Amino acid sequence: MMRVELTVNGERRSDDVEPRLLLVHYLRETCGLRAANVGCDTTSCGACTVLLNGASVKSCTILTVQAAGGEVTTAEGLAAADGELHPVQRAFRQEHGLQCGFCTPGMVMATVGLLAENPHPTEKQVREGLEGNLCRCTGYHNIVRAVLAAAGEASAGGVSAGGASAVSGASAAAGAGSANAAGEQVRP
Amino acid sequence: MIPAPFDYVAAESTAHALDLMASLGDDAKLLAGGHSLLPMMKLRLVAPATLIDLGRLTELAGISADGGELVIGAMTRHADLAASGLVRAEAPLLAHAAAQVGDPQIRHRGTIGGSLAHADPAADLPMALLALGGSVDAQGPGGTRRIAADDFFAGFFETSLAPDELLTAVRVPRAPGAAWGYQKFVRRANDWAIVGVAAAGGRIVLANMGPVPLRASAAEQALAGGASAADAAELAAEGTEPGEDIHADGEFRRHLARVLTRRALEQRT
Repeated sequence: MMRVELTVNGERRSDDVEPRLLLVHYLRETCGLRAANVGCDTTSCGACTVLLNGASVKSCTILTVQAAGGEVTTAEGLAAADGELHPVQRAFRQEHGLQCGFCTPGMVMATVGLLAENPHPTEKQVREGLEGNLCRCTGYHNIVRAVLAAAGEASAGGVSAGGASAVSGASAAAGAGSANAAGEQVRP
Repeated sequence: MIPAPFDYVAAESTAHALDLMASLGDDAKLLAGGHSLLPMMKLRLVAPATLIDLGRLTELAGISADGGELVIGAMTRHADLAASGLVRAEAPLLAHAAAQVGDPQIRHRGTIGGSLAHADPAADLPMALLALGGSVDAQGPGGTRRIAADDFFAGFFETSLAPDELLTAVRVPRAPGAAWGYQKFVRRANDWAIVGVAAAGGRIVLANMGPVPLRASAAEQALAGGASAADAAELAAEGTEPGEDIHADGEFRRHLARVLTRRALEQRT
């Protein structure tokens, strides 16, 4: 066992973990945070997406010990303390960006990460930016609508005002080097 | 799926990593971004006794210009490579290739050094490095040597790195404005290439047409001799023996190599 210290949804934690404990199992079993789902378990579906130091990652393919010292944000950490939903969560509800809901926490976290890197994506950039998240209900149209709606709200100042530290953290961690990484296509 | 148990050590410096490699030997594996190694460990295809994590070696991350070359630290993540203004201006094929790897979450974690050392013949960055005529720095107990991309890929998931050597940096020529083409054929989002083609300078490189990324030598020679893109592309699959899997048989892969080579050559501006 190894002692790891990390911050989960703003709360500092210190836990003994096996080196082989995957971050998604740490979040679900050790922290009791069940939003991140184990879907494909092969880095494909994105249902386990969380933010690590502000960047979207697939927590089924990260060891907890690799995340030591870092800041993790799950869907549980998005809403404000008074329960007010994060603008991305609100947009998914308003646009009905879900059907069965299994992929939704991952979709929401991937969206928060995407908008932190590219606050005003085109529809094409949204579809490419969510390439790593599968919806097996195939409800993609409403998901894309929800992301664009959330981006619109961000333009009006909504995203930066709402939620926990996820968005500001993402901007800082993305840094100059990775701005626009998710959206831009490089062409000859 | 859960990996078999292993010991974990976070390297504190490049020298520390080399010391650990020397003392632990073949039972240890290096962990960079982990997006190839961890899935293999979860499937129990590999079960190293110890993982040496390079994730905290900020000294191995970063991009700089050094004379006529761009030098990219081995722990530079795909997202940072794809977004780098320097790489996009002076080695745009490499930035584009990095942006084609997996999906955004994977690009936030995966590293150029990890991808090259993993040496998947279907992957983007090995093909890109070979097309650019780049090289890697390999640091071992006796110092650092440079390995040209042409000599680096030794076999299926095999490189010419010695067991006690660490890939520390990647070098590509600075070539602002140089023409290039890149084609990747996939059936699913975030997948590996069924066949890929990268063209830059006089080089044409094929992904997933054999155990290593391959230069399409016959097509390169035809192009150098003045053949049209279409005529040169007809020779792209010469000498290749691509494998067969659920996605494509060998003949379809040879067809793809010809079509994608023509497109890559025509894409150059």
